[in-house]
Amino acid sequence: MSQGQYVAAAYGVVFAFVLVYVAIIAAKLVRLQRETAELLELVRRKDAATRRDPAPVVEARSEA
Amino acid sequence: MSTSAIRSVPGLALLTAGLMGSALVLALIVVPEDADQGISQRIFYIHVPIALTAYFCFGLGAWKALLLLWRGEERHDLESYVAIHQGTIFGALTLITGSIWAKASWGRWWLWSEDQLVLFLVLFLFYCAYFMLRFSLEDGPRRARSSAVYALFGVVLIPVSFLAIRLAEDLIHPTVFTRDGPQMSGSMFATFCVAWGAVTLLAYVLYRVELAGKRLDADLRDLREALP
Repeated sequence: MSQGQYVAAAYGVVFAFVLVYVAIIAAKLVRLQRETAELLELVRRKDAATRRDPAPVVEARSEA
Repeated sequence: MSTSAIRSVPGLALLTAGLMGSALVLALIVVPEDADQGISQRIFYIHVPIALTAYFCFGLGAWKALLLLWRGEERHDLESYVAIHQGTIFGALTLITGSIWAKASWGRWWLWSEDQLVLFLVLFLFYCAYFMLRFSLEDGPRRARSSAVYALFGVVLIPVSFLAIRLAEDLIHPTVFTRDGPQMSGSMFATFCVAWGAVTLLAYVLYRVELAGKRLDADLRDLREALP
């Protein structure tokens, strides 16, 4: 291996590291986006269920 | 992390990219070749800034650990962990680029007789063991305190590793920064400063992004637990 190739290898390792790091961060971002969407869906379903069946709230008020 | 701190990340990332590009052009094209080592000396402009950044990250991790033990604020635990994680990544890069430079200059990938190399490896392995300790304990105040104490112990190794090259005189590892100042031309020193700034800024941006990601992760976990 020539001296120039060693220099290219040293800089290439650092460049590859930055690329891998960005890829890991991108994968994590996709996971966080999916989890946020799941939580949003859960809240929407819960909200819809509360509107359909408000009975427990009425009962609690009449007992009070 | 405040919203304004997160907002500054794209701007900092652009600045980092610009500085990195400038550092590459300066180090690989503009700066003159070293009379003694030839073209392999150009590894210096990436290897030394990365090593200094690794020391800085370990130091930052220890500082955040001290703040956790001193003030008891929980946020410093995650900040300390992320700084040490960055330090370990940059430490691994220091060892890899250093080995490549050693092979190009000395014809060997590693020399166990070199105190500077061995002490840096010890520092690196010490902080690798930090993760073993951290993940062997359950999440909570005990883990945060134990990790902080370990991170503080490790900071002692930083000056030892940094000064090792100056304490011994029979080393073949080059000493560029002496009491008389940097032993290189003005253009070489300017290139080194640009490269150092670029690598430090890169580490800072990665630290901010990783910290924001981990905090968002924790917030989502809390939200999931809060929802029945």
